[in-house]
Amino acid sequence: MNRIAQLFKEKKNILSIYYTAGFPQLTDTLPILETLEKAGADLVEIGMPFSDPLADGPTIQQSGQTALKNGMTINLLFEQLADLRPQLSIPVILMGYFNPVHKFGMERFVEQCRKTGVDGVIIPDLPFDEYREKYEALFTQAGISNIFLITPQTPEERIKLIDKNSNGFIYMVSSASVTGTKKEISEQQTRYFKRINNMQLASPRLIGFGISDRASFQKACDYAAGAIVGSAFINLLNNEGNNPEKISDFIQSIKKTN
Amino acid sequence: MESKVNLKEQLRVENMPTKEGYFGEYGGKFLPAALESVIGEIAEAYDRIKDDPSFKEELMYLHQHYTGRPSPVFHAKNLSDELGGAQIYLKREDLNHTGAHKINHCLGEALLAKRMGKTKLIAETGAGQHGVALATAAALLGLECDIYMGEVDIKKEYPNVVRMRILGAKVIPATHGLKTLKEAVDAAFEAYLKDPVTQFYAIGSVVGPHPFPMMVRDFQSIIGIEAKAQFREMTGKLPDNLVACVGGGSNSIGLFSAFLHDESVNIFGVEPAGTSFKTGDHAATLSFGKPGMIHGFKCYLLQDEEGQPAPVNTIASGLDYPGVGPQHSYLKDINRVNYDTINDQEAIDAFIKLARLEGIIPALESAHAVAYAMKMAAGMPKDQTILVNLSGRGDKDIDYVVERFGKEFNISE
Ligand SMILES: Cc1ncc(COP(=O)(O)O)c(C=O)c1O
Repeated sequence: MNRIAQLFKEKKNILSIYYTAGFPQLTDTLPILETLEKAGADLVEIGMPFSDPLADGPTIQQSGQTALKNGMTINLLFEQLADLRPQLSIPVILMGYFNPVHKFGMERFVEQCRKTGVDGVIIPDLPFDEYREKYEALFTQAGISNIFLITPQTPEERIKLIDKNSNGFIYMVSSASVTGTKKEISEQQTRYFKRINNMQLASPRLIGFGISDRASFQKACDYAAGAIVGSAFINLLNNEGNNPEKISDFIQSIKKTN
Repeated sequence: MESKVNLKEQLRVENMPTKEGYFGEYGGKFLPAALESVIGEIAEAYDRIKDDPSFKEELMYLHQHYTGRPSPVFHAKNLSDELGGAQIYLKREDLNHTGAHKINHCLGEALLAKRMGKTKLIAETGAGQHGVALATAAALLGLECDIYMGEVDIKKEYPNVVRMRILGAKVIPATHGLKTLKEAVDAAFEAYLKDPVTQFYAIGSVVGPHPFPMMVRDFQSIIGIEAKAQFREMTGKLPDNLVACVGGGSNSIGLFSAFLHDESVNIFGVEPAGTSFKTGDHAATLSFGKPGMIHGFKCYLLQDEEGQPAPVNTIASGLDYPGVGPQHSYLKDINRVNYDTINDQEAIDAFIKLARLEGIIPALESAHAVAYAMKMAAGMPKDQTILVNLSGRGDKDIDYVVERFGKEFNISE
């Protein structure tokens, strides 16, 4: 069983952290991952920077621009992750836009993921149908999860299809919006969470976009297996860099139960 | 070129694009989930409304009584005589209300948005022509309008910025990266996602995810339909050659689409070579790009080894984009259209030449097409004809031209 499936089997209230590779410093990628594992994050998504990311808000966009300026590339990322296993046990997902991955070569990319011990991939602009037609076999064979996003507007039929062909989890975008920290979870979002919850899907779900603190995290956990924090963590890195103490405080402040 | 049967088959209009928005392998929808449904809504609405007689009638009324269509075709005799070769004809899109072809699709997109119940139009703009045209359509139809524009372009095309503001639009600077057209598209998508319910994204060319390349082409195809009839009336024939500049590709596909099946017509798309053929010095996407994905569609793309879009450069802000329309990408692959380049200096020379010989100041974008036609004409017999799409007028460019080339052409104080 891959590490993602194992995690969802064993744990509830999963906290997944998103950060950008090569940010704030080029060599921070692996040290931040170590810090996050120690600090108690359950799952990590590492963003591969792209200059024109259509789904990301200003915070993540800016971190990507900085990482690109620092010289971050997919090649370099795999080099930086060469010692990921067995040193760390936290499940790791790579997230990035289709063009750089396509240019790198999907086959080579999946092979590199397998070799380094990356467990899953999110390519938000890879069409689901194209994935199934061209790449699904590749991912299945390598045992790498490909995670798809759904939104409040995704048709029920499509959600069921994604559920059926999903190995890992379904990424629920909490509203039709770009990433970024919003203060509260609205009535409308809650209705959406409930609706999806009532669909009795086989795949576990994580809620992302707009989760920034304990309140929003716990609300998300009421309706899903956990949630993803991105922009709020990038903001912390922006201010503090890879500061283990501050990162630990941040993770604890979100996970702490009343 | 392939055999006749083959060409007809490859260009079958009913296959262009497929239901999923593909022109061959190009186009499609490469979108994050949040955008997929939003853009799908536009595709559905366009499908429903485009053949509605009252929609077509309303649009045609505005074309005639508001924009001033049909735009004339003008035989540029002085220029042709000076060059001593082929006869150059100009399709005068520069005479449209707001000064460029962009108004053709802006009115279409604005009418569609209104029928969809949207209250605000948003878009990116490079040279400011699309922004001005959209702000105009918004004012006419009582819609709000936000225009995203690179900070660099705001300085360069300042007269158009002021026009947009006079028309009641908000001009919002894109401040990241090179601060030009690509970044303006990023900013517009970002804004669109924040409120896809009241806003309508009226993209400025035949680029972006399906249905934009098809929809904008359909709205622009009036250029070619008119020009074909006008040219036949003037000369009794089809033109031997067509020339248009290619940024995203809307004015060019607008002209070309009426002639794609006419095999006697040679078609040329002109891209900006900027200051050199070195990466970063030009924006000649079809000439130097490789297939890739940007802004939700597949096309030829100027990109580096890592799949990041390459920096682009040209004096014509409206051509300054690392991607290009998917239909152009397809027309290149099947060899139906020849894509070639004109550099900054050639474009500015043509800009001045057309002004001095014909009394027409072209947009710097259009000057690329004029320059290419001039080059071609010089080596051709006098009975050959070249129909150039003069996509816009150069009023917006005069400050920039004086500043950069004032001394060279004796136009500064
Ligand atoms: C006058 C003029 N011509 C051409 C273009 C290039 O766009 P397209 O290739 O879509 O016609 C622009 C874009 O701003 C323009 O203003």
